[in-house]
Amino acid sequence: MKVKFGVVVFPGSNCDHDAYYSLKKILGYDVNFLWHKDTDLMDSDVIILPGGFSYGDYLRTGAIARFSPIMNPVISFAEAGGYVLGICNGFQILLEAGLLPGVMLKNKSLQFVCKDVYLTVENRDTIFTNEVNPDKKLKIPVAHGDGNYFADENTLKELVENKQIVFRYSSKNGKSNENDNPNGSVMNIAGIINKKGNVLGMMPHPERACNSVLSKTDGALIFNSIANSILN
Amino acid sequence: MYKAKVLIKRRPSILDPQGKAVEKGAQHLGLKNISHTRIDKYIEFLVHVDDQKAAEEEVNLYCTRLLANPIMEDYEFELVPVLSSAGKMEKVE
Repeated sequence: MKVKFGVVVFPGSNCDHDAYYSLKKILGYDVNFLWHKDTDLMDSDVIILPGGFSYGDYLRTGAIARFSPIMNPVISFAEAGGYVLGICNGFQILLEAGLLPGVMLKNKSLQFVCKDVYLTVENRDTIFTNEVNPDKKLKIPVAHGDGNYFADENTLKELVENKQIVFRYSSKNGKSNENDNPNGSVMNIAGIINKKGNVLGMMPHPERACNSVLSKTDGALIFNSIANSILN
Repeated sequence: MYKAKVLIKRRPSILDPQGKAVEKGAQHLGLKNISHTRIDKYIEFLVHVDDQKAAEEEVNLYCTRLLANPIMEDYEFELVPVLSSAGKMEKVE
């Protein structure tokens, strides 16, 4: 059996083709694009909400995409336990859809940040991270203007207690400090998972870190973890 | 028919880096008495119903589901009757 990914294409998505290319040409999975006006998930095992600037980031990032026709079946799929990965703008859409808690604010610096960052994997016991070796720090690029994750104190407490914080920005050797936080995100949060463990949102772009030609391959660990969870 | 005038404000506890940056400009301009600059959103639209309560319900739904994010923003609005040239409220056809 080949794992089948579905990559949603919103107006303004611009990492949809990167995701498609990495999943299909480099990692060898089946992939379909899912048009935002459609309501058919094409029997996908995993749904990817890709990065980009859906609907021009108007109003708030992800706020309008969240009401696209494709999001109704995506939300039902997630609520039934289906695997959903939101990357960058996809993470913002998951927050607006209420599939993950919290909001995304403008980067503290007010600047668009585009660079490689290091991530600690805070929870390796998830369907998205089971292939990552202990103590491995992931090197994956970020590219966003609104990645400053924020949630109220009670929500943060819950995230910590339930081990829902999956990735944190860190230094190369895994220390989480302010200098290595590219956007001002609370607790250096780079990625969180829902309580059930089937929906992950992350600001860094794993699809841009799958090709050894680009000297970054840590993103593949995330996609391979998902495939591993489905196949085993 | 009503015109809705909606003001969406970030909660005071939420940092507004845009407001901070703009305030730096005020300092460079030489203004010494400015503080607490906040950049909020003002949105206008028409509500095509004649009943004020129904209009309020629709605006509330629009605000809570889409225009504002209740986690970080509060909203307030005003409904103004749209009047014809004869001074009467425009009826929805």
